Amino acid sequence: MITRRNLIRSATMLGGGFLMQGFIPVWAKGGPGYVPGATPRTDSRSGTHDVDLFIAETPVRIDGQHGTAVTLNGGVPGPLLRFTEGETVTIRVHNRLREMTSIHWHGILLPFEMDGVPGVAFPGIKAGETFAYRYLVRQSGTYWYHSHSGLQEQLGHYGPLVIDPKEPDIVGHDREHILILSDWMFDNPYKVMAKLKKRSDYLNFQQRTVGDFFKDASKTGLGAAISDRMAWGRMRMSPADIADVTGHIYSYLINGAGPDDNWTGLFQPGERLRLRIINAASMSYFNLRIPGLVMTVVAADGQPVQPVEADEFQIAPAETYDVIVTPKDDRAYTVIAEAMDRSGYARGTLAPRSGMSAAIPALRDQPLRTMADMGMDMDAMPAGHGHGKNHGSMAMGGPIVARHGPSGHGPGNADVAAVQRSRLGDPGTGLETIDHRVLVYTDLKARTVYNDRPPERELELHLTGNMERYMWSFDGEKFSEVDGPIPFALGERLRLILVNDTMMEHPIHLHGMWMELENGHGDLIPRKHTISVKPGERLSALIHVDAPGRWAFHCHLLYHMEAGMFRVVEVTPYDGEEA
Amino acid sequence: MRALYSVVLTCLSTLPASAQDARQTGAPADWPLPIHDTPAMLFLQADRVEYRVMDGDDAYLWDMQGWFGSDRHKFWTKMEGEGTIEDGVDDAELQALYSRMITPFFDLQMGVRQDVGPGPSRSYAVLGLQGLMPYWFELDGALFFSDKGDLTARVETEYELMLTQRLVAQPRIELNFAVQDIGESGIGAGLSSAEVGLRLRYEVRRQFAPYIGISWERLVGDSADFARARGSDPGETSVVFGLRFWF
Repeated sequence: MITRRNLIRSATMLGGGFLMQGFIPVWAKGGPGYVPGATPRTDSRSGTHDVDLFIAETPVRIDGQHGTAVTLNGGVPGPLLRFTEGETVTIRVHNRLREMTSIHWHGILLPFEMDGVPGVAFPGIKAGETFAYRYLVRQSGTYWYHSHSGLQEQLGHYGPLVIDPKEPDIVGHDREHILILSDWMFDNPYKVMAKLKKRSDYLNFQQRTVGDFFKDASKTGLGAAISDRMAWGRMRMSPADIADVTGHIYSYLINGAGPDDNWTGLFQPGERLRLRIINAASMSYFNLRIPGLVMTVVAADGQPVQPVEADEFQIAPAETYDVIVTPKDDRAYTVIAEAMDRSGYARGTLAPRSGMSAAIPALRDQPLRTMADMGMDMDAMPAGHGHGKNHGSMAMGGPIVARHGPSGHGPGNADVAAVQRSRLGDPGTGLETIDHRVLVYTDLKARTVYNDRPPERELELHLTGNMERYMWSFDGEKFSEVDGPIPFALGERLRLILVNDTMMEHPIHLHGMWMELENGHGDLIPRKHTISVKPGERLSALIHVDAPGRWAFHCHLLYHMEAGMFRVVEVTPYDGEEA
Repeated sequence: MRALYSVVLTCLSTLPASAQDARQTGAPADWPLPIHDTPAMLFLQADRVEYRVMDGDDAYLWDMQGWFGSDRHKFWTKMEGEGTIEDGVDDAELQALYSRMITPFFDLQMGVRQDVGPGPSRSYAVLGLQGLMPYWFELDGALFFSDKGDLTARVETEYELMLTQRLVAQPRIELNFAVQDIGESGIGAGLSSAEVGLRLRYEVRRQFAPYIGISWERLVGDSADFARARGSDPGETSVVFGLRFWF
């Protein structure tokens, strides 16, 4: 039976994408933003799917400014790739750049040779060459794809990837929109990286000033303000260090559109609207909300979760969330995604008709790091340190679950989390005191039991770094300093323990295999491809090691990865293994 | 001197050649590397390039440093000198150092220093420590062994106080010490001179900041006596205008 819902859905599918329907005024007006490009050709008889992607440098216009992007089929973001679970897809990637490129299918289970990481999975796609990716699609949900070469991702080389389930979708919706969040800069990212190495805070224009000191002193008393400054000064760290690359040079985008471009997604009042939200930003965490609408989170990282309501959530780079909203009124709603450091925001609109807009809420106060972020034991500190009520230094931070061993991880690491907390119930930086419902990791509960096998082995890795020198690593060793891949044994059940010794969040991504986040829901723990580890946090994930080959494992903050926070996991035995 | 050169050469030769290979990935050796986390970079910073208004001749000063290298190993150079508008360059020095990361916040530096200019032209071996101390004090300290057998030391420390997001006050202290009297340079043993400065800069961009400031210099102890004996003033105060930049 053909229902209205199915009609809308097929219409968008036939169009090859969600963005070609003239829903989006800015692109319709001839802005260079989005070009439909590859319309996937589906051959329903054979259950295969062929796509051509052309990667090239193309001029783009964002919020009225002109720049040059690395585009996929002419646009930023790249075209929507929409597959169906169970089909075999062939994606020919044509490199029209003057340098090497690649595409990694983020969160997709596939043979490792198709994973797209140059130097790990394959040799990369040289200038002028074509590489055909071919794999069987074994899952469904909201994912994305992006370059794994240099800093190309920062230049626009990313796009959405949605896989429809073989069976009817349990969630159900009348209409859907994809919101791909990103951070765009007109600067050359390689120069930005070099400057971060020379002066890591050069893009931070929210530093603590003398004026802030006097404000703190009048709020908390002079003694508390002094001891707070002393505690941070002793560590040579700054509580204002929230983001390395900031709104000073970033424009935050939704579907390639800046805040002024105002990407708009249409709805009819009363419709059940599914928003597939993807954070494709290179360096930016976002706090996303839609004032006036409750979001029901139904999937995380592409995998279904038991519906949970939230008014706001924090989304780390590379994570995806599917949410359902049901706008009842005939009016516009603003989608606002504040950068975590609140140096800017991405903004779009959900509206019954194009050309509408709603109020844009003002950016909230700049957040500050706390002593819990520093991995310090606040109870062990003399009164005054961190106990002053100054700027949330006394936020809970979660229970202490472990203490750090004697290793400082060498000179490449500046700090250790002396006490390690469980922070899965923390809403995230800047959201500690927000008085509406903020999604937390402990809210995520799987719909089905994936695997109830207990782990046979534990592996502990520390997330380490040195902000002053802009070095990032695991266990104090940059990628170039390690002796070899991390060995996983095919078939084993592994508990991966991650401890964040640094003062920043790190979204940790394992290629090729799920990480089941041990968040207290027993057998119903959720699967994730990217786990954001908070400062001073200790968490664990279970991995069913079922994918032979070499897989990348890294921090998904692009500049952290490029600075060394990257490892290769080798799952043996596999066919390519040298005996 | 020769011994020092060989030490520097030994250190440089321990630099890991190209640092990365296929070991880390287990992939075929002819594949490219997935990331490049140890790029060699070039840094140059003019901390003080300034015009100094004072009693008598106005003067100028430059104080620059730069490096080439990566996180753990760098070739580091420091250039400093001053002169007067009337008489030209008074004294200048150039240091060429190997700098090695030894702690999260400090580099150990060793190399050579050459003094040039009208004064005595000396060569030195240098052993120094540069980095960031607790409470955000930048420190640059070094021992200098001259080719005449004299041992001197210099300690510089700076602090950056953010008045606004772009207006920065930078107090600076420099102390010079000598182990023995150095007659021809007019330096007495012990603390020989001190310089205290306060500069206020405006960061038009982080990399480009004009500044104004005040600098107070004084010879101390025997060095001051030597100066007085020569008939010159052991203390000097200047108002300075300058530019700080880096790239």
